[in-house]
Amino acid sequence: MSLLDMVGPVMIGPSSSHTAGACRLGLVGHFLLGEPVREANIGLHASFAKTGKGHGTHFALIAGLLGYLPHDARLPRSFADAQAAGMHFEFHDVELGQVHPNSARLRLRGDSATAEVIGSSTGGGVIEVTEIDGFAVRLSAASPTLLLRYEDTVGVIARVTALLAGEQINIATLLCTRKKRGGDALLVIELDALPSAEALAWLRNWREMQWVRLLPKLMDG
Amino acid sequence: MKLEDIMNAPAPASQWVLDQDCQETGQDPAAVRAEMLSRIGVMRESIERGLQSDAASITGMVGWNAKGLWDAPDVLQAPLLRRVQAYAMAVNEENARMGRIVAAPTAGSAGTVPGALIGVADHLGLSDEQLVDPMILAAGIGKAISEKMFISGAAGGCQAEIGSSAAMAAAAVTELLGGSPRACVHAASLALMNTIGLVCDPVGGYVEVPCVSRNAFFAVHAVSAAQLALAQLESFIPPDEVVSAMAEVGRMMPAALRETADGGLAQTPTGLAVTARMESGDVLPIATVAVLNEEARQKS
Repeated sequence: MSLLDMVGPVMIGPSSSHTAGACRLGLVGHFLLGEPVREANIGLHASFAKTGKGHGTHFALIAGLLGYLPHDARLPRSFADAQAAGMHFEFHDVELGQVHPNSARLRLRGDSATAEVIGSSTGGGVIEVTEIDGFAVRLSAASPTLLLRYEDTVGVIARVTALLAGEQINIATLLCTRKKRGGDALLVIELDALPSAEALAWLRNWREMQWVRLLPKLMDG
Repeated sequence: MKLEDIMNAPAPASQWVLDQDCQETGQDPAAVRAEMLSRIGVMRESIERGLQSDAASITGMVGWNAKGLWDAPDVLQAPLLRRVQAYAMAVNEENARMGRIVAAPTAGSAGTVPGALIGVADHLGLSDEQLVDPMILAAGIGKAISEKMFISGAAGGCQAEIGSSAAMAAAAVTELLGGSPRACVHAASLALMNTIGLVCDPVGGYVEVPCVSRNAFFAVHAVSAAQLALAQLESFIPPDEVVSAMAEVGRMMPAALRETADGGLAQTPTGLAVTARMESGDVLPIATVAVLNEEARQKS
């Protein structure tokens, strides 16, 4: 977390954790799905469920799904904008277990893709994503993050890191997790810079690759 | 980064904090300073809008407090006190109206730092450029606190939010007035240790009551801590131990007093009546109010 996250973000009120943080969780869903959201099924946990309404959590999450940033003046009217854009959404309470009280689960469907994200808003607009498509992860969107979903194969990590090294991009953190040997795997790489469009296109063409997503830095610092 | 590290840094503390942060994140110090100056500008805009507006928030519980105080006669003849209180409430009333503000460190506590720091600066006739370094120190204090505890009412009660904002503001005002790194951190520590235990019990779950007036009180609290520290008074308990104690109190706090609106002011007969009125839909939907306020603002 940097200084600009402590005196910041610049945002539309009323709550940094329930509004700005919720918007950023929605943005994670927006970038993870990689296409316009058609259906959003949103589960709100603990404090998000209890006091979300008074804090604008609902409109902020939808705003994030539309790609709006926390300081976007359109935030409060995201419901109307979502309807105009053909996004259907519904909210319900959910019990997510031992997570931060400000947490949500987003189940998203686009025209061709689906995505599921569980994340928490830990205060001051800071977020922590704890689960993506059933994989346990830990990312904060404090750096650009490359997410690769692929079939567990020998050498994928080596080739990806070699590609990034070729682009002169330093890796901050790297997390690889899989459902079973030879099964679905998820690679989450936090980077110090954005990879080129060519590199992303190249990754997408790999035979074992199911999808490639780039989550831009969402924090200010 | 610990508070003790900031305390033992060479003066000015803000320079050390900025160097550390930029080494960590790879950001350009000049860019961070420029962004801080721009955020001070956003804070000032929210103060100016808030002092002029008496438009009610969505619940109707707040909206006229800042303007009311600003326009009232200064019977105590304490212009600094009145300015700090009015500025802090102006920011939080803008926040409650879904206006644009700077979270510092949170939106619910957004009025404390600008109330104290910009309030003192305007009282003394100082420029926004002179506030950049103190604001960087404020952020550094917040960062040090956040490494030991979650800065949200849901996790740690109001003490975690308003305590952090008051500590940030206290250190900033101390540096603005020439205090040493040691004095700045002790100001923060004094502000924190006198906030421990404060619960988060917002009426109806809205960031309005007691949040708006609380920012006025804790902006003054921060100035008060700075005054003590500038006179070389110190926090008997070392600053990092105070943060740990606050985090521990947060963990012990029952969930009913951590932003759930299940206890305290939220459960008073009046608090419950407001909650029932909001839930019955006897008010405009939240988004509609924001849009109407924005339209009214553009017309005026």
